Amino acid sequence: MEKLTSQYQSSIFFDELIDDKGAPRPPAKQLLGYLDSLSEDELEKRRLTAEATIQEMGISFTVYTEEGNIDRAWPFDIVPRTIEASDWKIAEAGLKQRLKALNLFINDLYHDQNVIKDGIIPEHIISKSKNFRPECVGISPAYGVWAHICGTDLVRDEHGDFYVLEDNLRVPSGVSYMLENRAITKRVLPELFENESILPVNSYTSQLFDTLAALSPRDIENPEIVVLTPGIYNSAYFEHAFLAQQMGAELVEGSDLFVDTDDCVYMKTIDGPERVDVIYRRIDDLFIDPEVFDSESVLGVAGLMRAWRSGNVALANAPGAGVADDKVVYAYVPDIIRYYLKEEPILKNVETFLCDDPKQRAYVLENLDKLVVKPANESGGYGMLVGPHSTKKEQALFAELITKNPRNYIAQPTLKLSTAPTLISKGVLEPRHLDLRPFILQAKDTYVTTGGLTRVAMKKGSLVVNSSQGGGSKDTWIVETKGQ
Amino acid sequence: MLSRVAERLYWSARYLERVENTARLVSVYDDLMFDLPKDVEVSWYNLIEILSGEEIFEQRYKVKDERNVVKFLLADDTNYNSMLSSLKMVRENIRTTRDVVPKETWELINELDLYAQQNIKQGINRSERHLFLNTIIEGCQKIIGLFAGAMSRDSGWQFLIMGRYLERADMGTRILDAAVSLMLQSEPEERIQLGQVTWSKVLKSQSAYLDYRRTVRASINGAKAATFLMSDPCFPRTLAYCFGQIGESATKLPRADLITTQIDKILKFNYPITSSEDLDEDFHNHLNEIQIAIIEINQQITENWFQFRQGDAA
Repeated sequence: MEKLTSQYQSSIFFDELIDDKGAPRPPAKQLLGYLDSLSEDELEKRRLTAEATIQEMGISFTVYTEEGNIDRAWPFDIVPRTIEASDWKIAEAGLKQRLKALNLFINDLYHDQNVIKDGIIPEHIISKSKNFRPECVGISPAYGVWAHICGTDLVRDEHGDFYVLEDNLRVPSGVSYMLENRAITKRVLPELFENESILPVNSYTSQLFDTLAALSPRDIENPEIVVLTPGIYNSAYFEHAFLAQQMGAELVEGSDLFVDTDDCVYMKTIDGPERVDVIYRRIDDLFIDPEVFDSESVLGVAGLMRAWRSGNVALANAPGAGVADDKVVYAYVPDIIRYYLKEEPILKNVETFLCDDPKQRAYVLENLDKLVVKPANESGGYGMLVGPHSTKKEQALFAELITKNPRNYIAQPTLKLSTAPTLISKGVLEPRHLDLRPFILQAKDTYVTTGGLTRVAMKKGSLVVNSSQGGGSKDTWIVETKGQ
Repeated sequence: MLSRVAERLYWSARYLERVENTARLVSVYDDLMFDLPKDVEVSWYNLIEILSGEEIFEQRYKVKDERNVVKFLLADDTNYNSMLSSLKMVRENIRTTRDVVPKETWELINELDLYAQQNIKQGINRSERHLFLNTIIEGCQKIIGLFAGAMSRDSGWQFLIMGRYLERADMGTRILDAAVSLMLQSEPEERIQLGQVTWSKVLKSQSAYLDYRRTVRASINGAKAATFLMSDPCFPRTLAYCFGQIGESATKLPRADLITTQIDKILKFNYPITSSEDLDEDFHNHLNEIQIAIIEINQQITENWFQFRQGDAA
């Protein structure tokens, strides 16, 4: 029988596991050798084990459809993606640098706005930002940190260099899937974990706990930490429950909390009210407090902003942190790093055209068929135009949208995203595009996950990796290859 | 512990117990049908009456035969008390309290739910019913065992206990009542023969047969079996034991007085049964009073711990 990997048609893109001569890259060597030693039937058996494990572990995410919400099993490919540990060290340093600068930037925006005064970023970009919250001006969260939990999307270009695609600073999700992917892979390919030096990922939840505990406004030994979820119908409910459980924190809904006349937050328990110190909120800014934002919201807690402003409770991420999540702000991040840290950015940005700028806009409008156009403040891959895969009609629609509201759009060249071998049917490996979402925690200390969540576009040629758009995922291995 | 979480734990235990008890009930009836003398007429429809499901059943089915009854009790999703519906409720309640139960609970309930859904036909057809129901009962006990072995005896545990034993007491009363009505419906000359079969099945349905033998040390008859199932203090499926557990758990929680007063009242209430003649209409009424007390305890638990009133708690 032909070896599994020798029939693999590597693509013209950078492949994470196999080099352009068809040989395994060093961190993938043992993995590919092992996969080749398995028969087609054995490999299929492993795939089925993974499927059954996912069902039993109840790993799911919710997809919104017209028929209602469907709880889907987590789509997973059993072939891990490998990254050399020395490569990862650089990415890790780059992410720490980036988040340090972004937090300094957010804090500056809600205080003196030196970054605007010094002409680094135009004033109107901020004043017209959908996620700038005037309600937050003058507030000083602990350590000057606003974005405590960040999920930054990285991609690799045709040379294997890492680029930042976007920063998710509001309520980034996916970290539980990163941890569960590892748990599944350990059950599916247990033999490999014995011999390889694969760096562990499971300290994330204790790091998250420490990060949150460090934010407690009361100097007490066991601050009360809660995870605030919009509830069971949210697409990331699985993750909210997972994180609360792993941290030993209470998983609460808005109706479980109230703010009393002393401006402190309490939760409703069988013993009566209990004071809450830190809220890891997984609800968007606009829904957290009907007193300040959307008065119709039933997800949040009336008075929460009051309690936060008085310093009686910590909110992670802080309201208003999303201002740096804006894709227009993204374009300025390299300058932001230089401005606050006096350092050159370690990680590159993807080339970005701001439709707000007349010259750049003209270029975008002329090249809609070649570019990816994204709205500045959407997440989940919604509302995008992928130029090369679009129709004339769609391009015309986007031309109109951009002209009407240029501030809300950016454009980027279509990336030559890297690929990795993916098991697409029995015994067949094909290259599929992927990205990587590491998670960065910041309070008193900064911490970056070992690798992150790898998302895969399951359709041939597709660049769309979001789970809500049919993407899948893989375990991500940071491998130490010293001595090989 | 959050009031909402306490409530969901309480209900997951109730539904889990309901799943197990429904499986036990169908299983014991199945067995009973094999052993009854041919001339005794016992209808599967009795099960619907035991569980007070007449109204919904009759909206749904015209024929009151075995297949429809079993289908209604095990599989019907319009019957919110059916085994599959109850399983779904256990899963939903666990899904929303995963952060306070052992991690493996979620895997076990998924496993059980998947098994039940994929093999439900085995439960409806008679040939493999026994195996199917046994697997369901085992699945429930696995989860109870996991709780017993891996859960802290904190407030969450007390709510699981109260939910489990209240549901068990409820079903225990219904099963006793069913046996009594069966006796009362039959001709006096059949009663001795029918009584032997029925009461040993009732004991078996509660896994109490051997324990009865060891504890009571007498042949099986209605008076002794009913007395055992109501008042034995040690066997974990008797009414006395169930109410004792609820009372004990309540005392470990704040503001327990209202519950314990009610429990003490029930436990003190002694209904003497000297011969099987005493299992009459009055006894049926007595069981009915216990049912009402169970409903009241449930209401009391709900008011006491699940309905948070900001003012009076502070």
